[in-house]
Amino acid sequence: MIKVQNLSKSFGPKVAVNGVSFTVERGEVLGFLGPNGAGKSTTMRMVTGFIPPSAGTVRIGEFDIIEQPIPAKRLIGYLPENAPAYTDMTVYGFLNFTAELRGLRGDGKTKAIHRVVEMCFLESVLYQSVETLSKGYRHRTCFAQSIIHDPDVLVLDEPTDGLDPNQKHEVRGLIRRMGVRKAIVFSTHILEEVEAACTRAIIIDRGQIVANGTPAELKQRSEVAGAVTLRVGGVNASALGQKISQLSGARKTTVLKDEQSCVTARIYPQPNCRNGELARGIYETAAREGWKIEELHTEEGRLDEVFRSITMSDTAPEEGK
Amino acid sequence: MNTSFGNIKAVAKRELIGYFSSPVAYVFLVIFLLLSGFFTFMVGGAPFFKFGQASLVTFFIWQPWMFLFLVPAVGMRLWSEERRLGTMELLLTMPITSWQAIVGKFLASWLFLALALFLTFPLVMTVNYLGSPDNGVIFCSYIGCLFMAGGYLAISCMTSAITRNQVVSFILSVVICLFLILAGFPPITEFLSRLTSKPWIVDGVAALSVITHFEGFQKGVLDSRDVIFFLSLIGFSLFTTGVILRGHRAG
Repeated sequence: MIKVQNLSKSFGPKVAVNGVSFTVERGEVLGFLGPNGAGKSTTMRMVTGFIPPSAGTVRIGEFDIIEQPIPAKRLIGYLPENAPAYTDMTVYGFLNFTAELRGLRGDGKTKAIHRVVEMCFLESVLYQSVETLSKGYRHRTCFAQSIIHDPDVLVLDEPTDGLDPNQKHEVRGLIRRMGVRKAIVFSTHILEEVEAACTRAIIIDRGQIVANGTPAELKQRSEVAGAVTLRVGGVNASALGQKISQLSGARKTTVLKDEQSCVTARIYPQPNCRNGELARGIYETAAREGWKIEELHTEEGRLDEVFRSITMSDTAPEEGK
Repeated sequence: MNTSFGNIKAVAKRELIGYFSSPVAYVFLVIFLLLSGFFTFMVGGAPFFKFGQASLVTFFIWQPWMFLFLVPAVGMRLWSEERRLGTMELLLTMPITSWQAIVGKFLASWLFLALALFLTFPLVMTVNYLGSPDNGVIFCSYIGCLFMAGGYLAISCMTSAITRNQVVSFILSVVICLFLILAGFPPITEFLSRLTSKPWIVDGVAALSVITHFEGFQKGVLDSRDVIFFLSLIGFSLFTTGVILRGHRAG
């Protein structure tokens, strides 16, 4: 549904987005990750046709966003950064306005408004002025606007920014449910969000894509991925290290905590070690030696660590407006 | 064509709701009417009652100057507010063209100014009660006022696209409108004709003036040249608005 090729944008001499390509099909939820100023918002603004790209193409469905902006924009629902809304209107007035711009009239319009009001829990503030709304409500009002015409493509710029944990949970659930029938791109810098809602994630840094894969694949790139964390009693640290190093799957052992009664250690696997093999080996060793296992688990890898290792390159320059 | 009309209507409706849900509209209407009354009846060498004629000349003569400050006050928020709130991003990613948005917003404000002019109808009733004025001239002058308001408004629309600061937008459009008034103001034209012997320069500058073109309407003459002047002023300013908005987006 979304096909982005070699998208670039420069503001004067500053390159904000540099050769970004990706596709999103129906049924996919793509998480757009990156530090502040990496070019996430700029990319989304180009995808939705708000700013023209310096180079590259964006196709929404079968329409090019530059050549045929109107039919392309019809397919898109867009939640811009900071969820702007007309402060001098009521929530109902605002939704009514956006529904009319989406070409909805009469009965269809009324139904559409009721549907999104229900989905985004806006009943209680429906006739309140947008100006008086709390940030969470305002955010949901703008979110409601983006799905009022039940679009095939949904572009959400930081959809959970400024929401409380319950609302965040709600919005993620909504994204996941809608992702079954739509093509969704959303940007965030909250990593748990990617694991909670995405089928695929892209990490962008300084305007370029630096990683692209499912959340699980990305986590595999973590240093601790596949390592086994062990907490045992009845053995001291050096004896533990010695026994473990005899295991074929173990590459390295680091002691995380050495207390009187028990030792916590992390054992890293050999690169060719199969999943679960190392943990099984450690368990068997412990059983043979009579160690008292208190905890034993294989690390999945952590996304934040991957994110940091990929994007750690000083501070990226400020995002252009 | 049908959908583009629908889009313009939707944008215009929203804009009008925006005016009337804030104090701006009411403050404007009250001040406009008070000032109109004040200038018509109290100010000048021969105000309404001393003028000795059943006409509204004493009302219309002030309109270019009142509009100079009041129209930019109406127009200054048109685009600067959109940019400040970030709703411009919302509006321009909707399936509408930017000219539909520009025209919709412009028409809404113009309609609002037309309402303000309409609310001066007690003046027309008064003058008809006191004597028998030439109502054709009055009607024609109202049309002229409307065109002039449209011209000023289109300029305010353009300056509000330049900046997200409403004050800057207001001052810029007052300055431009002031130039358009002064270009045909007798002291200025006389000054210019003393500077240069070529009459086409004087005429050329004076031709840019709203005063020159407004005078025709005030005499009750609906000259196509005057209409074309105001329409092309509106057209040019709105077109420039579009160019400025596109420039902002392109970065």
